[in-house]
Amino acid sequence: MHERHDPQPAGSSMIELHNVTKTFVVGDQRVNAVDGVDLTIAKGEYISIMGPSGSGKSTLLNLIALLDRPTSGVYRFDGSDVTGLSDDELAAIRRLSVGFIFQAFHLIPRLSARLNVELPLMLAGIAPGARSNKVDRALAATGLSDRAQHRPRELSGGQRQRVAIARAIVMRPALILADEPTGNLDTGSGNQVVELLESLRMEEGVTLIVVTHNPDLGRRAERQIRIVDGQIAKDVVGGCDARV
Amino acid sequence: MRAFDILVFALVSLHSNWRRTALIALATAIGVSSVLLLTALGEGANRYVRGQFETLGTNLLIVLPGRSETVGGPPPMLGETPRDLTIDDAYSLLKHASLKRVAPVIVGSAPVSTAAGLEREVTILGSTSDMYWVRSLHLGYGKFLPPGDPKRASSVCVLGYELAEELFRSQPAVGQWVRVGDRRFRVVGVLTDSGVSVGVDFDDLAIIPVASAQALFNRNSLFRIIIEAASEADLKTGEEAIHRLIAARHEGEDDVTVIAQDAVVKTLGRVLTTLTLGVGGISAISLAVAGVLIMNVMLVSVTQRRAEIGLLKALGARLSDVRWLFITEAFLLASLGAVFGLCVGLAGTQVVAEMYPEFPVAVPPWSIAIVVSVAMLTGIVFGVLPARRAADLDPIDALSKR
Repeated sequence: MHERHDPQPAGSSMIELHNVTKTFVVGDQRVNAVDGVDLTIAKGEYISIMGPSGSGKSTLLNLIALLDRPTSGVYRFDGSDVTGLSDDELAAIRRLSVGFIFQAFHLIPRLSARLNVELPLMLAGIAPGARSNKVDRALAATGLSDRAQHRPRELSGGQRQRVAIARAIVMRPALILADEPTGNLDTGSGNQVVELLESLRMEEGVTLIVVTHNPDLGRRAERQIRIVDGQIAKDVVGGCDARV
Repeated sequence: MRAFDILVFALVSLHSNWRRTALIALATAIGVSSVLLLTALGEGANRYVRGQFETLGTNLLIVLPGRSETVGGPPPMLGETPRDLTIDDAYSLLKHASLKRVAPVIVGSAPVSTAAGLEREVTILGSTSDMYWVRSLHLGYGKFLPPGDPKRASSVCVLGYELAEELFRSQPAVGQWVRVGDRRFRVVGVLTDSGVSVGVDFDDLAIIPVASAQALFNRNSLFRIIIEAASEADLKTGEEAIHRLIAARHEGEDDVTVIAQDAVVKTLGRVLTTLTLGVGGISAISLAVAGVLIMNVMLVSVTQRRAEIGLLKALGARLSDVRWLFITEAFLLASLGAVFGLCVGLAGTQVVAEMYPEFPVAVPPWSIAIVVSVAMLTGIVFGVLPARRAADLDPIDALSKR
């Protein structure tokens, strides 16, 4: 229903959702949190997803993040159908291709910044010798080289979120998902975090999806999607509606 | 995830909750150390009893007149009277290579008195010089009965420690004369204070030559024959040889009973080992309690670390990774407790050993092996449920704020 003009050739799309629906049963009512969404996101795009609370944007994010499975519809991630994969198969894709940034940072408090950043490499089973360089690179890219041995509680909010960003990019994923990345930060450090994300996206050429209900943050993205009642209400690229 | 990383991750987690870690390790340690201490006490009792029996001599066979074994078949038509055991019977046994020494024994009771008029009714043991070796006796003063023809009576005797004390007080007994019944004997030796309470009380008796005892009690037959086999391996063949040799001398009638002291000790040892196992098993219940504690702590930990587990899963941890993280943590907790308990148990055993030097406590090696492996296994078994619960958490739920 919402066919988007796609300037990129097929096959280079990062994410393709075809008529994806996610239904929850609340009491004896069935609620479509995501309702027949068609969405194609090309590699390297910078997208913001906005919408009021309860609009279904978090559910859409969980679907895109491979943390949840659609009730119906088809999801192609990086060209391959991931609709019927097992938990461990989805975990493998997340491990290698998806970087997460959360509103609440979700750093492990007992681990140093360095070990928090190293965590995805440990989960991917990369040899300890090969990890050190990658961690150094991620810490340098986020300006945290001198904070590597600090525990999260010894860092400011902005620094914590930068640790989380370093953790998200350390595996050099193709897709970074940021869920309200500035929600717990003051304006100053929020701006720093967003600028860092944007510059990393330019350098690494990753696909960046930011979910927010902060309009200032949402407007920075090249493509802005607005979700209302589980459906795409608006899809704007560079100021023009993409759905024509 | 690599095994090494899982181990490091679990160790960091235990370290950051060190109070919790220490308490749970303590619970396991109490279980482990109590099993070790109790089995050490059981083993000590076992060794003590064995030790007591070994002071009676080793590789002993005892021959009694008459058959006391129950054999099947119809009751005998004629009343059977066992033939007497004689000194000749005893010495005929030495023909067999597996039997090293024999000591014929006659036991009776008679008053022993001194010239000073002191008198005491004691056990009189009639035997030969070989008795000294067979029963591993120790002399305090003088010599034992002289070797010689066992059938020749002579007027010498050896007194037990207590008897000598009673009769002669502080004066040396050796060289003095005593009257046993209606005969006079010269004291040639006094035994040491044996302190042995198993079997005959060697502290309060007089030992005289077997031929003299025959005359004294007017009796030809022996009370029993104590035989020392050449080695432990010879006990079996020795026992068969005794039956054969005695039967040959008693017109084909195998009418003696042979008791291997070894068998008695072994039976007693089995009883005590069973007791040790039972007591150890009961104290192992505390290990199960520690296991349940570990499970509870790990379950609480899963609840507390929901967000962390959700994060790990979002970052792509496999179900098995999450499971292994928690099982490893439980296993490390239990192992820490096991090692701590091992130290406490061994130290406690050492303390008991210092306090009661005559009681040979020792932690049996099998008990260490079993208790440590059971403790570690407990950690794994009781870690499974929390680990499954962690792995089954839904990452979306776990990450969302409550």
